[in-house]
Amino acid sequence: MRHRSKAIAAVVAGLTLIAASCGDDDAETDETTPAGSDAPGTTMAPGTTMAPGTTMAPGTTMVPGTTMVPGTTMAPGTSAPEVTSTPGTGEQVECEGRDPVTLQLQWFVQAQFGGYFAAVDQGYYEDMCLDVSIAEGGVDIVPQQQLADGEADFAIAWVPKALQTREQGADIVDIAQIFQRSGTLQVSFKDAGITSPEDFAGQRIGNWGFGNEYEIFAALAQAELDPASDVELVQQQFDMLGLLQGDIDAAEAMTYNEYAQVLEADNPDTGELYTADDLNVVSYEDAGVGMLQDALWADAGRLESDEAYRDIAVRFVAASIQGWAYCRDDPESCRDIVVAAGSQLGDSHQLWQMNEVNKLIWPAENGIGMIDADAWNRTVEIAQNTPNLEDATVLSEAPGDDAYTNDIVTDAMALLGDSVDVTGSDFAPIEVTLEAGGA
Amino acid sequence: MARRGSAIRKTLLFVLALVAAAAAWELYKAIGPEDGGSILGWKLLPRANDVSMPHVWDVSARLLDDESRTSKRPIWRVVLSGAWYSFRLALLGFLVGTAVGVALATVMARFGIVKRGLLPYLVISQTVPMIALAPLVVSWGGKLHLGSWEWPKWLSVAVLGAFLAFFPVAVGTLRGLESASATSIELMRSFAASGVQTMRKLRFPSAVPFVVPALRLAAAASVIGVVVAEISTGLRGGIGRLIIEYARQASGDPPKVYAAVVGAAVLGLAMAGLVTVFDLVMMRRRPPAEELT
Repeated sequence: MRHRSKAIAAVVAGLTLIAASCGDDDAETDETTPAGSDAPGTTMAPGTTMAPGTTMAPGTTMVPGTTMVPGTTMAPGTSAPEVTSTPGTGEQVECEGRDPVTLQLQWFVQAQFGGYFAAVDQGYYEDMCLDVSIAEGGVDIVPQQQLADGEADFAIAWVPKALQTREQGADIVDIAQIFQRSGTLQVSFKDAGITSPEDFAGQRIGNWGFGNEYEIFAALAQAELDPASDVELVQQQFDMLGLLQGDIDAAEAMTYNEYAQVLEADNPDTGELYTADDLNVVSYEDAGVGMLQDALWADAGRLESDEAYRDIAVRFVAASIQGWAYCRDDPESCRDIVVAAGSQLGDSHQLWQMNEVNKLIWPAENGIGMIDADAWNRTVEIAQNTPNLEDATVLSEAPGDDAYTNDIVTDAMALLGDSVDVTGSDFAPIEVTLEAGGA
Repeated sequence: MARRGSAIRKTLLFVLALVAAAAAWELYKAIGPEDGGSILGWKLLPRANDVSMPHVWDVSARLLDDESRTSKRPIWRVVLSGAWYSFRLALLGFLVGTAVGVALATVMARFGIVKRGLLPYLVISQTVPMIALAPLVVSWGGKLHLGSWEWPKWLSVAVLGAFLAFFPVAVGTLRGLESASATSIELMRSFAASGVQTMRKLRFPSAVPFVVPALRLAAAASVIGVVVAEISTGLRGGIGRLIIEYARQASGDPPKVYAAVVGAAVLGLAMAGLVTVFDLVMMRRRPPAEELT
């Protein structure tokens, strides 16, 4: 009997290990938005201007003290919360009930979503008469699908993946492009000498697959390399062990997550942590093939037909912008909020992530959340025209003009008035020192 | 029967087995290839370096450390509370799975036509991949309402545990219920025993030796179901979620991942131990059976 129980225990332990590793690399589902961070990103050169006919200047005045009813018409039956006073100014607000809102994240609590947690913590959502609950993601949770299924009111998803789900029939629309730049990197050790996509030739290039590889393929195409013969593409797990153990010459990494994981690992040659000097980094954003990443998606049908939902969306985006501005101005405090919200990542890793995420958002030339037509078009263009090894593209046809809208974020900025700096033009990142294991 | 002596012996052997496993781990670490090895061109030998296989003492030491600088809870407590959370879900899944399994087996044993019709579907049910099922079942959360009661997410995870657990119980119990000898059944008939009486007095008792190993499988299956479902759905609180959270620190802090895996193993042991207790209780009045189970 004891033999059996030991055997079972061994089997359980073994299987949980397997389960853990499967979960870890997200290898089972292709729709999965992996490691939160790791969905494909987009093309958006830093410094591109976004100019989709926005009339709204983030300086529009709003007289404090005026009674402002965000969203004038209310569907009958819904509680009509009225914001009395100017939101964002910290004044006392009176709400006639709060609208319940569910936000679906791509992954677990981490600084990647810091702005939303800050907005909850700082009461920005409350000030907007919203009762926001944040649903964490999981390995098999597809946020935009949750949104389309009505499980969530808003979802955070990378643009290419969400567009793919949209093409498959989900009626969703990008209402705020929070991350203005792509955070995808290809990280290698100095001695491999990989400093640009041209150097990928003849190297083992790690990629996450499952739709996360399109920036790599776009970069290869730009460098006039044949993905089938000029490079060896290696399936990479959602960690950096492949690079550290020498299976991969250049590994795919997000600035705010996997790259930090390398810098938190011991360098066996020195007995200390790896430093940025040990590494070469190719940024797809800088290479001009970045794809748009974290965006807020809403239900397009409801937005069209339901005035109350549209009004909620405006207030939700406005408060979220306040949250992100808070994280920009006080990354440490925002990190603490994220940790308090239940993140199990280490403190220094979390602060690193906060800082890197800030870099992807700020400065936001046209205001945080504004969707730049150029970046959008580049994302779509790559998603449509860059085949991977299986000859598959993310999209089979262009998504159409109604796949994104700047109306909501424009209204949100009008609602905020000049109480919040939405461009962050004087943003300066902080210096973060990573500890071993991110502790 | 020297009960106490045998209990001590069992405990000793259990500890010995743990030590042996740890020793085997360290032995492989000592002699195994640092960067893995190939046999006949297949990458079979695992890497023996510190990232892939941290030292047993490193893992043990990590269990005593604080989880992070802000959370002052030591890792072993985090891991144990995660294991306890998952244990309760797995137990619920196990109980539900067992109840469903026994019920199905009873109906199948009683009515041959149900057995012929149902059994293939039970087999098919187990070929549905967990990862395809998990998001579906989880989406019940927030959708199902009974009055003011809303289907919580954790219940979905327990249901997935039950889904894996019911099958071995159903098959094992069915086999057990059919194991009564023809002469015994004829004897019952000669007493004009009803179908229900035959079930109660003959078939169920004779099924127990078959049910116990089935329960062992079910216990393991419910744990796996719960852990995988936690990972799949990101349910907070359990050991599965903890494993995947810690796994993200695998490159920088490998012992921490294994610390969480130890928690999963403890969870499995606890479930197995539970079945052993059940076994002892159910079999207490039987002659020591050599050929059973």
